[in-house]
Parts: sequence; structure tokens; C-alpha cells
Amino acid sequence: MLLKPRLADFKIIGYYLGKVILGLGLMMTFPILLGLFLKEINPLLDFLITLELSVIIGLILTKLCFTEKELNWMQAMVVVSLTWISAMFLGALPLYLSGHWRSYLDACFETMSGFATTGLTLVCDLDHLSYTHNLWRHLMMFMGGQGIIIVALAFFFRGFSGALRIYVGEAREERIFPNVIHTARFIWLVSIVYLVLGTVGLGLAGILNGMRPLRAFFHGLCIFMTAFDTGGFTPQSQNILYYHSGLFELLTMVIMILGAINFQLHYHIWTGRRKEILRDIETQTFFMSVVICFLIVMIGLIRWEGYPPTLMLFRKGAYQLLSAHTGTGYQTIYPWQWKKDWNHLALSGILIAMALGGAICSTAGAIKMVRIGSIFKILLEEIKRIILPERAVFFERFHHIKEIFIEDKFAKATLFITLLYIGFYGLGAIIGMSLGYPFLDSLFESISATANVGLSCGITHINMPDLLKITYILQMWAGRLEFISVFTLAGFLIAVIKGKR
Amino acid sequence: MITTLIHIILMIVLFSFSGFAQSVSSEQLIKEAQQYDKKTILYQGEVIGDIMLRKDHAWINLHDGGFAIGVWVDRDLITQINYTGGYKYKGDWIEVKGIFNRACLEHGGDMDIHAQQLKKIKSGELVKEKTDVYKEELALMGAGLLCLILILTRSKRQLRQS
Repeated sequence: MLLKPRLADFKIIGYYLGKVILGLGLMMTFPILLGLFLKEINPLLDFLITLELSVIIGLILTKLCFTEKELNWMQAMVVVSLTWISAMFLGALPLYLSGHWRSYLDACFETMSGFATTGLTLVCDLDHLSYTHNLWRHLMMFMGGQGIIIVALAFFFRGFSGALRIYVGEAREERIFPNVIHTARFIWLVSIVYLVLGTVGLGLAGILNGMRPLRAFFHGLCIFMTAFDTGGFTPQSQNILYYHSGLFELLTMVIMILGAINFQLHYHIWTGRRKEILRDIETQTFFMSVVICFLIVMIGLIRWEGYPPTLMLFRKGAYQLLSAHTGTGYQTIYPWQWKKDWNHLALSGILIAMALGGAICSTAGAIKMVRIGSIFKILLEEIKRIILPERAVFFERFHHIKEIFIEDKFAKATLFITLLYIGFYGLGAIIGMSLGYPFLDSLFESISATANVGLSCGITHINMPDLLKITYILQMWAGRLEFISVFTLAGFLIAVIKGKR
Repeated sequence: MITTLIHIILMIVLFSFSGFAQSVSSEQLIKEAQQYDKKTILYQGEVIGDIMLRKDHAWINLHDGGFAIGVWVDRDLITQINYTGGYKYKGDWIEVKGIFNRACLEHGGDMDIHAQQLKKIKSGELVKEKTDVYKEELALMGAGLLCLILILTRSKRQLRQS
């Protein structure tokens, strides 16, 4: 029997939601400070209004719903889902006020794409957008990649036992330390150390490319935030093509790979246990799938003869592929070129790479390497079960931080999430086709949205139907949170309407 | 009848002889890249972002309202450019004549134009930012409301303590 949620449930959800909204509002001080420094008055006002609104909502919720109770699993999942929705609506406000987004829906699309580290964009005239708004676009990816709630956990919470539930709700299953708040702080420590190094590296590359120092470092900062968080936004409309630089491409490739690696492995690298990288199933699977997808892309491109010399072929193919596989979405080609210069075989390689994704507990999206690796192990186990004598006892295991034996519960969960991803890829493609787009284009964009990649073959455009914009928003949201908390929210809403007291 | 026919033939002949000497849009270049590949074209657009100097050449990016395309230009030619487009500036509107590359052999397969001639069509300018009064009022109202909530919660706390 479905029970109607009690007032206490709403209060506790409202209280924690209010806390996270307060944290989100405070993050707007960064663009405000930049606006003040650069004297961008109107953009500054856009953020000031949103900050005030966020703090007002946050204060009202925390005061009205004040509670000292702890979150249970259902409440935590609902808090996570609602946080992402609230972040989308609030984060979109300064964007919409700038006048660079045609409608509030477009601004919401951009914000969800930012927080979910997708990278699909509906901005108009990006090349004339203020620094203040551009910083916010990239900052959203930096926050969303780590997890909006991780931001709150790391900086705004002193400690509460519901933290673990919220942490899991944001699609983070693994902890580096027993305490999730320590884990969240470590994730931020890693990110900030890399942020400094990456910004300096990219900034210097920008200066070498002929950019002015201030602009070079601003671009370096923005590009780092979106490359490490496998997002894909860039400050200029041409994406990475704007820089016309092999060095820039090389650096972003390194940062994208770093972003797609499990934070636990970063911890092992930092503590000197580098061999762990080679032993882990995720890195092994990632290496294998990159090689296989790269071969598919190369064969496709060689047969098509779109890029004649080998080096050029390698540069274009490898960059697009790594960008797709890590879920970043940077492009060194124009969206239209996917259809014109890449044949179906090469495109299939990109589609597979996008659908598979990076590591679990990283900033990458999609099915993820540990699931792909363990599905192969499950398959192996099933084959062994058929081949070996009935009485034979065997266990399939793999190494992921520690030795893990494949149990039925684990296999079920892995296959369930994988199936959900595949289902969402297909569902988005069907909606795209029903709106008149070709099959391959619809599938490409649908995978890109659900897997939080951000590569586009041209469907994502300000003129695309609103229904498709809403579909992609839902796909980005559900894909980023790995479905469970979104389904819990749906269940909660059904219980509100149909539940019995 | 004959005059009309002559006109049509003349137009066709003139059009075919002009080749790609007429200005092409970025959308045409990207969507019909095979057709324009390695041909001399005329392309117009606003200079956006940075002028990236590379030894005796420079990269500029020209946006014609559709897309932006990179132009590889001789360093001497860029002296005419005074403004590049951004939030505070409207960039110079430039016309370039050059060779269009669908996948440039010299530049890692990027789609670009190697400029031979460059002409400034319209000078850019500083965009004067006018403060939006509506936004100013909204921000003030928000600040007022926020102060009110803070005072109320503080006085409520004090009341409870007393």
C-alpha cells in the first residue's frame, strides 16, 4: 500500500533543500566579484538578483522547515532530485536576464546541460557574452561535475549522518574515506589542485598561441573547469576549434582523461600506489574500449578519405573519440561535419564511445567502465557455468580498488542500470524521430544528452521543438543522477497524489 | 522572347564565370564544404575574440552571424583591424579573399580560410553599457526583502532567547 507522505517528510526535505539552495546562491559571489572587477554592471545585477532570490528561498525553507531529524533514504533521494531541479531554475535566471537565451526554457536547458556536465548549448551570440556569464556557465560544470550536493557537503555542512544517503543519491557509490564529508573534501582538494595546475598550463598555452595574458588565463580557467569535469562548454562559439592549436588540443586531451578517472584512483596515485591504475578493471576496460572504438573510427575515416594524411586523420579521429569516450563533448569539427565528413562506420565508433563513458566516481557520465567490465565478467561466468560440469564451484571476480566477487545482487544492479541507460538512449531517439529528425541524428543527440557528453550533430539548436528541449533536459538530469533518485522523486509524487493516510 | 532568352544566357554565363568570387556565408561553407574545398572565395564577418599572432602570420576568427570560421592571415594584413568583438566591443567587419580548406593540410585538418587579401568593410566600436533600471530596482527590492527576513529571524531568535 502506498502511503501519503507526512508533513514531517516535507519539512525535512524542505530543510535540506533550503540548505543546498543557500549554498548554491553563495556560489554566485564568484561571478559577482568578476563582474565588479571588470565593471560589467548589467551582468553583475543579473547575478545579484539571483543571489538574493536564492538566499531568500533558502532562508525561508530552512526557517520554516527547521528540523533536527535525519534524512532517510527516500527523503535523501527526493532532496537530490529536487536540488538539481531547483539549481536548474535558479541557475537559469541570470542567463535568461542576460538576453542571450531566447526563452527561459532555453536558459534552463543550458543550466541543466551545465550542471549535468553535458555541454549541449542553446546560447545566442556566445562570442559577445559577458565574462561574468561565461564564468557562471563554466562554474556550473565545475560544481555539477563534482556534484552540487558534494559542494554543499564539503563546504557548508559540518557533518550529519544523512550525508551518505545524499552522496549516494547523487550517483556516487564509492567512498574514498569512511566519512563522506571527508570524501567530498578530498574530491574538491583533487579538483582544486588540478584546477590551479591546469589553468596555469592552459593559460601559458594560450599565451604561446598569441592570446593576451588575461584572456589566456581566463580561457585557461574556463576550459580547465569544463575539461576536467568532462563538460564541454567553451567561452567561444567555435569550441576548441577557436584556438587553432595542437598544443591546446593535447592539453585538453590529458585533462579530459584525468577527469574520466575514478577519484579513488586519483587517491592511489597521490599516495604513491600507482600500480593500482594498471590492476583496476576500469582502466583496463577504458583502455580496451578506447582502442576498439578508435579502430572503428579510423577504419571509417580511412574508407571515407575525409582526412588524407595519417597524422591529420589521427588528430581529428583521436580528439573526437576521446572527447566522446570521456563524455566531454569538445569538438574540433563543426556539428554539420559529422554528417558530411564522417561516414556511418566512423560515427558508430563515436556513438559506442559516448554510450560507454568513463569511470564510476569520476566526473564522466554514461554506463561507465566498471559496469561494462563486470558485464563481460558476468558473461564469462555464465559461459563457464554452461561449459563446466554441473558440480563445479567457481566464482568470477575482478579488481576494482579491492577484489570484488560477482554476486547475483551486484550483477542485477549492474544490468539494471545499463538497461536503463540503453532504454533512455532509445527513448530519446524515438522522440527525435517522431519530430522528423533522421534515425542516426536522433540517436546521436539522444546518447549525447543521456550520457552527458555534449557532442552535437546539429539537432541541438535554438529552433528545435520545445518538446525535444524538455526531453533532453530530462535525459541529462536522469542520466547524471543515474536514474534512481529521479525515479524516487516520481514515486514520491505519485504517493503525494494517490497515497493513503 | 529572344531578348529574355539572351538575358538568361548572359546571366548564366556571368554567374558561371564569376566562380566563387562572390561572398559566401559560413553556413554554405560548412554545409557545402566539398564544393568550395581549395577554391578561392570571398567571406565576410565580424572579427571576434582574439587576434592570435603566430610568427609571420596570425589567426583571426570571423563570425558572419551564422558560424565563426578561422582565417589564417599574413601578419602585415591585420594592421587594419582595430576592434575585436566581445561583450564590450563590436568587432571590425572584415572581408577576406582567400582559399577555403575543408580539412587544411597545414593546420591539422581544421576547416579554415587562408587569406590572400583583407579589407575592412566597417569599423567596430565600443559598446556603451547602459545600466538597466529595471534590474537595478529588482536588485534593490531583493536586498530590502532579504534584510527584512534577516531582521525578522534575528528578532525571533532574540525573543525566544529572552
